[in-house]
Amino acid sequence: MDTIQQVVSETFSREANRTLAALIGTVRDFELAEDALQDALLVALERWPVDGIPRNPGAWITTTARHKAIDRLRRENALARKQVALQALLEQEELSGEEEMEDTSIPDERLKLMFTCCHPALALDAQVALTLHTLGGLSTAEIASAFLVPIPTLAQRLVRAKRKIRDARIPFRVPEARVLGERVDAVLCVLYLIFNEGYTARSGNELIRRELCDESIRLAHLLTQLLMQESLDSEVPEALGLLALLLLHDSRREARVGPGGELILLEAQDRSRWDSSKIEEGISIMERALQMRQPGPYQVQAAISALHTQAKHAEETDWPQIAALYNILMSMTPSPIIELNRAVAVAMADGPLQGLALLDRTNLREELSDYYLFHAARADLLRRAGRMRDAREAYSQALNLCHNERERAFLGRRLKEVIQQIS
Amino acid sequence: MRYLLLIYQDEAARAKWSQEEVGAEYEAYNAFGAEAEKRGMQSGLALLPSNTATTVQVRNGKTLTTDGPFAETKEQLGGYYVLNCKDLDEAIEVAAKIPGAKDGSIEIRPVMEFE
Repeated sequence: MDTIQQVVSETFSREANRTLAALIGTVRDFELAEDALQDALLVALERWPVDGIPRNPGAWITTTARHKAIDRLRRENALARKQVALQALLEQEELSGEEEMEDTSIPDERLKLMFTCCHPALALDAQVALTLHTLGGLSTAEIASAFLVPIPTLAQRLVRAKRKIRDARIPFRVPEARVLGERVDAVLCVLYLIFNEGYTARSGNELIRRELCDESIRLAHLLTQLLMQESLDSEVPEALGLLALLLLHDSRREARVGPGGELILLEAQDRSRWDSSKIEEGISIMERALQMRQPGPYQVQAAISALHTQAKHAEETDWPQIAALYNILMSMTPSPIIELNRAVAVAMADGPLQGLALLDRTNLREELSDYYLFHAARADLLRRAGRMRDAREAYSQALNLCHNERERAFLGRRLKEVIQQIS
Repeated sequence: MRYLLLIYQDEAARAKWSQEEVGAEYEAYNAFGAEAEKRGMQSGLALLPSNTATTVQVRNGKTLTTDGPFAETKEQLGGYYVLNCKDLDEAIEVAAKIPGAKDGSIEIRPVMEFE
């Protein structure tokens, strides 16, 4: 009995987000669609052990959930909005008839669902939670734990977002060409945020953090696949670029944390622990993107990451090429953080003084004055240039601004070294 | 679905506009009005500045009348449209075409329909 129930719930979770997308597409109401799907799961748990697993579980779930949605709507007051949803459901019933249980052609509505979940009229944290919940199938508790917020807070965030989608009528469709680029960017941004939340070392359950990384990669895969299916060719290169970037970052996941949980910097990582199959996949996807000749920021970042992974030893890193790529990135999306990274790459390629010259420009110093990594990078360059007194000051500034214990320990060690050299 | 598009603008800044700027905006709203008609405009009005506003509250049966708008904000409500749009994306597209979006803000509110 246990095993069949396991099969039922596994089949369900495999089919669920596709079915959910199709159902939301019909009823335009996230809560109703989720409730109906939940009802269908209960029916499956009762029937499948007796009748066996249907030949096409996805179609069975869709049809059953649709019946359940009709039941739910009939029980409720006949508001006009409900009538519209009911009408749409009944029309589908008529179209498909009974044989749909065998039909394999449920429309894949997940791309539309991505655009709805990542709509700019929703707050960014709601976009992230909604994407993980409806497309990733993560539970409220899992998402809450990953983002270190109380479960009721996250549940509330999801409910509010779903109701705004319904009440303000946030569309469920592929956006018009005029805004398509920016809407795809919004989806990419959410996927990158999800990945980073799982990737950057903060406290929280390690398993769930890993799941965030895997999930964002899975969704980026799905997004590129769906964009290609819809022939939205102009949007494919950057989606591939993000996918490549995530895979390349992820290839280093095991090597970037030490046995005590401490963060290991790129140059000090044991490169034999990098995941070579992910590197290979990432690089081949990046090359495919670059061949489309529509460069964008994600592709450039993937190219930078690829150059790091291609160096067998830290000393073999092609810093001049990386510095050149940061130049390109700056011209696409100027930002002080990218400028900081560029300065570090230039320092590695041409020497610390060249890097310092870039860092010490007034506008950058002002913009990043509260950012500890700016002071840490500057301190490092000063130390390597032999300007120990200036380095001491910069390390102290970095320490004042840094709240991550592990990073503080690292900065503290460096500060001590520098002080010893002065005396 | 009907949406209320509220136009908020900085009145202090607008008070310093030249004749030409005021004229150009008038033209732009005329042009937008033609577009709004196509979208099934239900109503749309421009308001006098907020220094003409009066706020009324009834508490314990007493009417409290005060000078000024309900909330003092950096940008003030200067006008509105009620339009028929297919969904929020269409409302956003139309809102972006309101001349006031260039120097102010447009708040989009879905209208509650009683059935």
